[in-house]
Amino acid sequence: MVESDHALITTLYIVAAVLFIIGLKMLNRATTARRGNLISGVGMLAAIVATCLLKGMTFGWILFGAVVGSAIGAVSAYAVKMTAMPEMVGLFNGFGGLASMLVAWAEFHKWRVEGWVKYHQLLGAGAPDSPLFTAVATVFTAIVGAVTFSGSVVAFLKLGEWITGKPILFRGQRWVNAALVGLILMTAVLMVVRGPQDITGYGALVVVIVLSLLLGVSSVIPIGGADMPVVISLLNSYSGVAAAAAGFILLNTGLIVAGSLVGASGLILTNIMCKAMNRSLANVLFSGFGSGEGTTSAAVQGEVKPIGVEDAYYILEAARSVVFVPGYGMAVAQAQHVVRELGQLLEKNGAEVRYCIHPVAGRMPGHMNVLLAEANVPYEQLVEPGDVNPVMDTVDVAVVIGANDVVNPAAREDPSSPLWGMPIIEVDRARTCIVLKRSMRAGFAGVENPLFYKPNTRMLFGDAKATVSALVSEFKSE
Amino acid sequence: MLGLLFFVFVLAVFLGFELISKVPSQLHTPLMSGSNAISGITIVGALVAAGQPHGGTLVTVLGTIAVIAAMINVVGGYLVTDRMLSMFRHTEKKDGSHG
Repeated sequence: MVESDHALITTLYIVAAVLFIIGLKMLNRATTARRGNLISGVGMLAAIVATCLLKGMTFGWILFGAVVGSAIGAVSAYAVKMTAMPEMVGLFNGFGGLASMLVAWAEFHKWRVEGWVKYHQLLGAGAPDSPLFTAVATVFTAIVGAVTFSGSVVAFLKLGEWITGKPILFRGQRWVNAALVGLILMTAVLMVVRGPQDITGYGALVVVIVLSLLLGVSSVIPIGGADMPVVISLLNSYSGVAAAAAGFILLNTGLIVAGSLVGASGLILTNIMCKAMNRSLANVLFSGFGSGEGTTSAAVQGEVKPIGVEDAYYILEAARSVVFVPGYGMAVAQAQHVVRELGQLLEKNGAEVRYCIHPVAGRMPGHMNVLLAEANVPYEQLVEPGDVNPVMDTVDVAVVIGANDVVNPAAREDPSSPLWGMPIIEVDRARTCIVLKRSMRAGFAGVENPLFYKPNTRMLFGDAKATVSALVSEFKSE
Repeated sequence: MLGLLFFVFVLAVFLGFELISKVPSQLHTPLMSGSNAISGITIVGALVAAGQPHGGTLVTVLGTIAVIAAMINVVGGYLVTDRMLSMFRHTEKKDGSHG
């Protein structure tokens, strides 16, 4: 199906690619992002129309699939709560991987039924003479698509807390994964060498798919919830790679361009997330970080000073400058709306209010930004650690809401800590730091947080939403 | 033909790296879910499998399931991104009326 069959089809694929590029570019800026998304959607429509114009298409099953898929996609997109956004995005991504995997299988089966000579004709004028290339592209698409699919489903289950968000580790896990990769490669070679018309070759593809699905599961289960921003963006990159690989089977430049754009941008985002944690991608993927096996660092000095809502109210009431630091705990408690309400009351009270968001706070890149935007927090009050850290000494009160590792001063003070070197929000340098927390449990990384024992830290125990609501009513009753 | 495809591939990868160089963290989620929707481009392959008469029933079945999956990715991805971005815009408008 080389698209040069028809000038209009070629033109539409080019238009689609250009619209994707413009759309992605516009997604880089807050003012243009929404239009950018729309433009990239129009690009997708152009690519779909172009494909429907190919010779010999019938539309019965396409229409059925399109209606069912669109309905499921639309309903879930509107029904999903903002707090459940990470798992939803992960799941959508998984379906892209599934589609690529199925495309690879369908093409291989078509080749089996029609024979290479006929299949070669179907691929179009510029098709490679040797079946080897097509076979390699097919198996590669199947592998990456399958890993994306099952990996995303596991990420979805973890993020939605259907299964534990903690790393699931077992003895010899690395060997199992290595063995899986080895088996997949061997079976893939068998498939490429034998080709689809040999039953061994055809069966090999099915085995490759099954093994790759297993690999997706076993490579995501050892990764803990707080490392999910990295995993989600990496899986996003994979789904692009799978689509680009499918483009090499079908010799379709539209697929190749769009797929590689996504693959590359996903990789960039993955890198940003890793940098924000001062860890390498390999460390995130293979270390089982946060399984609680890490060394507990040096004994922490000082004592915890719990306070009540009323004390917290007096501290906040006197503050002229307040910085909120939200974390995953705010998402769990769904406290974003009351937090915004408290922020507004503090502003009325004459304080300068900012929300400082760590790049890896929450479970996906930009998770906290989305939640606070949903709660109508003005855009310019959302700041990054680099904006607040230099002036932290002038902040009267830093309010930590359900964040832990991203404010852990051990990252700065204790070279033996697993968090050592991670760029944090330095709330311990604020004049007073109020930490809202359910209990004294250690954070995700299983690392003791010396912040709780600092002389200027006050602990406010309880559910974040209930606590902040109580603070709000204190302010209102004055 | 193959050489040309690889050429296009390499250029697109570089373009992808260049496009997403410095994104404010506010936009990380929309960018991710927006590009996620683009990866639904694999719908093109799904349509070919489901709509062309070659290869028999299994190809049509696999193709149709692929169309469903890709459509979930495309429609869900674009709509959810738009929903998130509409919230961002809402707050900006409010800022405008303040200032």
